[in-house]
Amino acid sequence: MYWEPDKECMDREELLQLQMEQLQAVLARVYMHVPFYRRKFDEQGIDPDDFRTLDDLTTLPFTTKEDLSENYPYGLFAVPLREVVRIHASTAMTTVVGYTRNDIKTWSNLVARVLTAGGVTKDDVVQIAYGYSLSTGGFGLHYGAERIGASVIPISTGNTERQVKIMQDFKTTALVCTPSYALRIADKIHDQGVTLGALSIKYGLFGGEPWSEEMRQDIQNKLGIIATDNYGLSEVIGPGVACECLEQNGLHINEDHFLAEIIDPQTLKPVKPGETGELVITTLTKEAFPVIRFRTRDLTRLMPGTCACGRENMRMARIQGRSDDMLIIRGVNVFPSQVEAVLRELEGLTPPYQIVIDRIRALDDMTVLVAASESEAFDEIKKQHERIKAIRDRLSSALGIAVNVKLVENKSLEQQSGGITKVIDRRRI
Amino acid sequence: MLRIRNLDAGYTNLKVLRRISIHVRAGEIVTIIGANGAGKTTLLKTIAGLIKAPSGEIQFEKHDLTRLNPEKIVFLGCSLVPEGRQVFAPMSVKENLLLGGYVQYRRKRGGEVASDLERIFELFPRLKEREGQLAGTLSGGEQQMLAMGRALMARPKLIMMDEPSMGLAPLIVKDIFGIIGHLRHEGNTVLLVEQNAKAALGIADRGYVLETGRIILEENAEELLLNRDVQRAYLGRDLDAETKI
Repeated sequence: MYWEPDKECMDREELLQLQMEQLQAVLARVYMHVPFYRRKFDEQGIDPDDFRTLDDLTTLPFTTKEDLSENYPYGLFAVPLREVVRIHASTAMTTVVGYTRNDIKTWSNLVARVLTAGGVTKDDVVQIAYGYSLSTGGFGLHYGAERIGASVIPISTGNTERQVKIMQDFKTTALVCTPSYALRIADKIHDQGVTLGALSIKYGLFGGEPWSEEMRQDIQNKLGIIATDNYGLSEVIGPGVACECLEQNGLHINEDHFLAEIIDPQTLKPVKPGETGELVITTLTKEAFPVIRFRTRDLTRLMPGTCACGRENMRMARIQGRSDDMLIIRGVNVFPSQVEAVLRELEGLTPPYQIVIDRIRALDDMTVLVAASESEAFDEIKKQHERIKAIRDRLSSALGIAVNVKLVENKSLEQQSGGITKVIDRRRI
Repeated sequence: MLRIRNLDAGYTNLKVLRRISIHVRAGEIVTIIGANGAGKTTLLKTIAGLIKAPSGEIQFEKHDLTRLNPEKIVFLGCSLVPEGRQVFAPMSVKENLLLGGYVQYRRKRGGEVASDLERIFELFPRLKEREGQLAGTLSGGEQQMLAMGRALMARPKLIMMDEPSMGLAPLIVKDIFGIIGHLRHEGNTVLLVEQNAKAALGIADRGYVLETGRIILEENAEELLLNRDVQRAYLGRDLDAETKI
């Protein structure tokens, strides 16, 4: 099943022509409308009129997450704000992205492709357990599911007991959320003694964080469903960039809207075909927030050959990690530098610290261990509690997720080759 | 059917088009919209071989058109309905149409010209009524129909139209666009250049926006109608006035 067969199964040569036309057009647009790109191109002596082949793309400068936050909030928008009908942002509010009416339409269709590829039709009851918030997950999937004509339950995240009740009572047939939350729901179902026979669920479409083949098997067995992976990021559009089909063998990239490259994150040169590296994306059709060569920091590889499903577009492997130190905790992006900034802000200088991440009953758990100074060891308990509370509150609000904080002795922080290991990720995915 | 890559074109000392890349699939109506002077007419004239392109590719089916002269391009099945009709004023309506069918003799299909003429008269009953009248005495709308009929007599696979609505009364414009829509139903492929963006996007499948010689947008026609830049620049919507209200 395809949502837009003429696009998803487009002849390769025709696709390359379309990509080139759109790349030339988007370069002309960003050069005209976004001072950031104009300045960058001018500095490097790049004339968008010189673009003659898709390979010329490699001569363009990259766009990074830092570029996005330096232009906070609207600096990279290519249209005036009055043409923007939706604004999303990262949880930490470092990047802000906008959508025109057409962008929302495009996005809905791309997500409809994802859902269709994962088995969803207009006859399905789709339970969307992503947050409906500033981040793109909830609303992105919602609009796509409505576009298909499915019956959409916008339950959002949290309250797992209610998720299970609704799944039973409303006869949910497709679950849409992060894979770790799917596991948590599955565990809750078992805890409550609900049998799979009492559920109508058939498909699960999961994304927003990296997961493994073992985790897929686990979810599929526990829920009795077919689970597919999908990929997207708010800087590019949100969900809808790439998705698995029911073959479960690589994620089809929506290449008529996104140009994907894989680079070596050290040398920044393209890797050899099929090698693993960092995914770089250029948007071809976005109106409000086009990005040119955006470094996703996600590691993957392109998969040559065509898929048995009949889609002609290029596939990429599951995300295999990050080329930076970003952590994805309960679907929220967290950088150790954010933790550091909060500690510096509260304490003047950064005390030794360590981030420990665990998965407890399928739920990510983040604890920040902060070294107590020697004098502090004799402080009153009350004072220590106050300090812990101040750090915890500030961190939770800065990161957008609940965080545990513990004061520990400096020497108990795990060391590695002379320094404190900043992040210990104990999750097994 | 038509695929253009990195086409630069213009006149001596004046570069009008910069690395234009567009394509037209068989059975589509594709429109190119843009302000006066954006390069729309230059683009069609370059495809038709009336202007030579210094660089770039124009591929029509299996043929490279960039080195071919205009007759050969018509012979291959790519016809232009020029801006301002350009009918042969001192000749009759029927003679104008027969001239359009001339290429059929070169294709050794001269026997089909008579039935082709009947088909054109069916499509444009007005031309049948004025069969013997001199083309120069026709109204603007009738001349446009004649120019379209003359191009169709060459049995083109791709028909290119340059500003078919120019200078015509709104009611006639509606007729002309009705006929273009009808041509598509008969399986024709159309590349349409128009300043009347609303009418063009109303019947087209896809469109390109040409601005100062560059393509800045490619989208489905319905999306282009929604694009606020297009609305402001080409559909005459006064957004500033709207915001004040």
